[in-house]
Amino acid sequence: MASLIGYYSLIIGLFCSLLTIFYSIKNFNDNNVIKKEVLFFTFLQFFFVIISFLGLIVSFIISDFSNETVFNHSHTTKPLFYKISGTWGNHEGSLLLWLLVLTLFIFLFLLKSNNQPKKYRILTLAFQQIIITGFFIFLIKTSSPFNYIFPIPSEGLGLNPILQDPALAIHPPILYLGYVGSSIIFSSALAATASGYISKDWAKHIKGWVLISWFFLTLGILLGSIWAYYELGWGGFWFWDPVENVSLMPWLALTTLLHCILALEKRSILTSWVIILSIATFTLSMCGTFLVRSGILNSVHTFANDPDRGLFILIFLFSLIFLSLFIFFYFHKNENKNFKFFLLSKETSILVNNWFMMYFLSVILVGTIYPIFLEVISSEKISVGPPFYTKLIVPFLIPFLFAMAIGPKLKWIKSEVQNKINLIIFLVISFLISFLILKNLNDNFLLNSILLTSAFYLFFITTKDFMIKKIQNFSQNLAHFGFSLLILSILLNNIFSTEVITNLKIGETFKSKNLSINFQSIDQKDEQNFKSLIGKFEINSSKDESIILKPELRIYNQPNIITSEADIKISLLKDRFITMNSVQNQNYFNIRYQVKPLMIWIWISVLLISFAGISSFIRKIYEN
Amino acid sequence: MKFLKYTIFIIFSLNINLSLAQNDDIKSEITKNLRCLICQGQSVHDSDSEFANSLKLLVDKKLTEGLNEKQIYNYLTEKYGEWILYDPEFNENTYFLWILPILMFLIGGAIILRLLIIKKS
Amino acid sequence: MKTKILPFIFISFFSFVFLIFYKGLKNPNIYTPNLNVEKNIPIFKAQIFQKEKLISSEKIFKQDKFYLFNIWASWCIPCREEHIFLTQLSKQEKINIVGLNYKDKDENAKKFLSELGNPYDIILSDKNGTLAIEWGAYGVPESFLVYDNKIVKKIIGPINEKSFLEFINLLK
Repeated sequence: MASLIGYYSLIIGLFCSLLTIFYSIKNFNDNNVIKKEVLFFTFLQFFFVIISFLGLIVSFIISDFSNETVFNHSHTTKPLFYKISGTWGNHEGSLLLWLLVLTLFIFLFLLKSNNQPKKYRILTLAFQQIIITGFFIFLIKTSSPFNYIFPIPSEGLGLNPILQDPALAIHPPILYLGYVGSSIIFSSALAATASGYISKDWAKHIKGWVLISWFFLTLGILLGSIWAYYELGWGGFWFWDPVENVSLMPWLALTTLLHCILALEKRSILTSWVIILSIATFTLSMCGTFLVRSGILNSVHTFANDPDRGLFILIFLFSLIFLSLFIFFYFHKNENKNFKFFLLSKETSILVNNWFMMYFLSVILVGTIYPIFLEVISSEKISVGPPFYTKLIVPFLIPFLFAMAIGPKLKWIKSEVQNKINLIIFLVISFLISFLILKNLNDNFLLNSILLTSAFYLFFITTKDFMIKKIQNFSQNLAHFGFSLLILSILLNNIFSTEVITNLKIGETFKSKNLSINFQSIDQKDEQNFKSLIGKFEINSSKDESIILKPELRIYNQPNIITSEADIKISLLKDRFITMNSVQNQNYFNIRYQVKPLMIWIWISVLLISFAGISSFIRKIYEN
Repeated sequence: MKFLKYTIFIIFSLNINLSLAQNDDIKSEITKNLRCLICQGQSVHDSDSEFANSLKLLVDKKLTEGLNEKQIYNYLTEKYGEWILYDPEFNENTYFLWILPILMFLIGGAIILRLLIIKKS
Repeated sequence: MKTKILPFIFISFFSFVFLIFYKGLKNPNIYTPNLNVEKNIPIFKAQIFQKEKLISSEKIFKQDKFYLFNIWASWCIPCREEHIFLTQLSKQEKINIVGLNYKDKDENAKKFLSELGNPYDIILSDKNGTLAIEWGAYGVPESFLVYDNKIVKKIIGPINEKSFLEFINLLK
C-alpha cells in the first residue's frame, strides 16, 4: 500500500515538473512577479516527493517484501534504525533521496530569492526543473524503488552488514545535500548567464548556496572517511578509491569557487571563470554519479549495476554539458580585459589558489578516468592507485601551503607584504621544528622536512592570525587554520604510523623490541542479527601503560557475511587500532595492530573547516 | 612572542611521544603497491583475502631470494598483468596519465602569468 | 574568429569523452588476467600430498604429453561441481591430471577424495598458497592445460561442460 502511494506520488511529481515548466514559460514575459501557480506546483512537487519518500521508509519499516527494493535490502531481524537507513542505503532509494533534495532546494531557492530579478529566478527554476525531470524519468524508468514482486517473499535478503553503521546511516543524506546543493549553483549560473545577471549582486546572492553545499559536502566526506577508518578494518581513512575521488572532485571545484566568487563579489572580475566553475561543480557531481552507478569503474563500494542506468545518466550528463556549453558561448559576453592584476594582491593570491586547486582536481580526474580511456582505446588494463596521487600531489603541496600562508594577508588591487621579519622568523622556527622531529628519519628526509616545514609555517601563521585578527575574518581564518591542522596531522600521521601484522593463537604472545601483544581469550555473544566472537588482547609497550583491546568478528545471519570490527583506543596523541581476522583452515587469527598518531586531529580539523563554512553562512544571513 | 613560546613548547611536548616507523618496510611498501585480485578495491597489504595473504608470503620469499623491488614487480606483472600495480610505470600506455596533469599545471601558470603581464602593455 | 574555434574545440572534446564513456560501459569492470597468452610453466619444487618428500617440476611434466594442472581444496564448493569432469577426464589416456591441494588440512582433503573419488595422477600440496601464485592463479578452483611445458589454456573457476568438451577436442 505504502509502495503504491509512493509510486503514484512520483508520477504526480513528474507532472508537477511539466506544469511548473509550462507556467514558467507562460509567466516569463509577464509582469515582475512570479505567478502563484509556479510557486504552488513547485511546492506540490516537493510535497509529493516527500510522500513518496515516506512511502518507501514505511515499506522498509513494516518490511513489506512485496516491494523489490525492500526485499533486496532489508530483513525482519534488522534493528529499526537500520531498516530506516536502509531506505537510502541502496541505488533506488538513494536516487529518491537525490530527488527529494533537488526539489527541496529549488523550493527553498524560490522562497529565499525574492529580492532577485524575476527573469533570473524563473530561468533558474526552469533549469532546475530540467534536472529534476531528468531524475524523475531516470527513477521511474530504470530504477523504480517501488517495483512489485509476486509471489511475496516471506523474508528479505538483508542489508550488507558493513553498511549497518551509524556514521554510514547519515553519510548519504549529508553528502547528497552537498552534491545536490551544487545543482542550484549550476542552474543559477546558467540562468544568470542567460539573463545577463552575472554581477556583484549575483555573487553575493549565490555565495550562500555555495557555502551550504560546501559545508554539507565537507561533512559528508568526513563521515565517509571516519566510517572507512573504523569499519573497513585496515586503518586508513583515504584510499584514493574512485568513489572517494568522485566526492573530492566536486569538493575541490566548490572550494575553488568559494574563493574566486570573492573576487567577483568585491571586484567584479573573473566572471567567465566563476561561471565555468559553477557549471563544473554540478557536472562533476553528476559525472561521479555516472562513474559510480554505471559500474564502469571498479571500486570497493559498488551499487548493483545495470548498463541501462549507466547509459541513461551518461546521456543525461552530456545533455547538461552541451546545454551549458551552448548557454555559456551564446549568452556570455567576454568581460572587460583591461583589468590590472598586480603580483602582490588578493586577486593574484586567489588566482594562485585556483591554479593549484585546479591542478589537484586534474590529477584526480585524470587518475580516475584514465584507465577507462586506456581500456577503450588500447584494451590494456591498468590500475591507478595511491602512489600515483601522492607522487603528483604531495610535492605541489609545498608551494601551495606557502602561498596559503601569505595570500590572505594581501589586500585587494595592490599590496605589500608586511612584517617581513616576522614571517622569516616563523619560517626558521618551522624549519627547526621539522628538522628536530624528523632527524631520525632515513628515507625521503628532504621532501618530508620541507613539506613539514611548509605545513608548520602555515600552521603558525594561521594560528597567529587567528588570535590577533578581528572577528571580521573569523570564518576564513578558522578554515585556513583547520586546513593547516589537517595537513599537519595527516603528514605526521603518515610518517609516524606503525603497524604489526602477525598470526596468533589464543594464549600466544607477539613480542618485539618495545611491544608485546598478548592474545588472552575469545568470547562469544549473540546479538539480534549477528553472532560475535570477541577477542581480548593485552598490549604492552615500553612507552605507554598497558591496554586491553577487544576486536570483534561478526557473523551476520542475513546476508551471511563475516565482518571484522576494529577496536580502537582513542587519545589526543594517538589511536591504537587492532583488528583480527580468521584464516582459512587454520586455528590462528590474523592480527593487525596499528599505532596512528594524531588521528583524532584529522577529524577535528575537518570539523573546524566545515564549521567555518557554516559560520560564514550564518554571518551572511545575519548581515542581511 | 609569548604566543610563539607556548606553541613551540606544546609542539615539542607533543612530538617527543611519537615513535619512529620500523624500518623493515620494503615488504609493506611493495604489498601496498599491489592490487588484490580478489577484493579488487584493496591493496594486497590491506586485504585479508587468501590470495593477498599468500602473496605477502611470496613477496617475503622473493625478497629473501634476493630479488629487488623492481624484479618482484616484473615477476608479478608477467603473471597477472600491469593491472596488479597501483603505481603505473611510465611507458607508452601511461604517457598521458603522467603528463596531462603537469600540462594542466603549466597551462594554468601561463594564464596567470599572462594576466600579470598584460598590465605592463 | 576566436569565439568560433573555442566552442568547436569544447564540443569535439566532450563528444570524444562521451564516446569513450559509451564504449567503456560495455567493458566488464571486474579484472581477470589475460587468459590467452601461452606461457612457460614455472619451475618449482613441491611437497607431495601426505608425504614429506619434495618433487621437482621437471619430474612431473614431461614433454609431448598433456597435463591438466588443477588447483583445488576440500573447503571450496565449486571444486565439488567440477569433480565429475575431472573424473571423466582421468579416464582419458592422453592426459595426466596433476592436483594442487590449496591451503587445506590433509584429513579434510583425504575425506574429500574418498567421498568423490581421486582423479589425480599425482597430488601436490600447497600449504601457504605461494605455489598457486607462481602459476599465476588467484583463487580456487583454477585449471591449466599444459603441453610441452607450456600453459596452453587456463580456466578460472570450475571446469564446466563447455570447457570439458574443449579439452576433449584438444586431446584428439
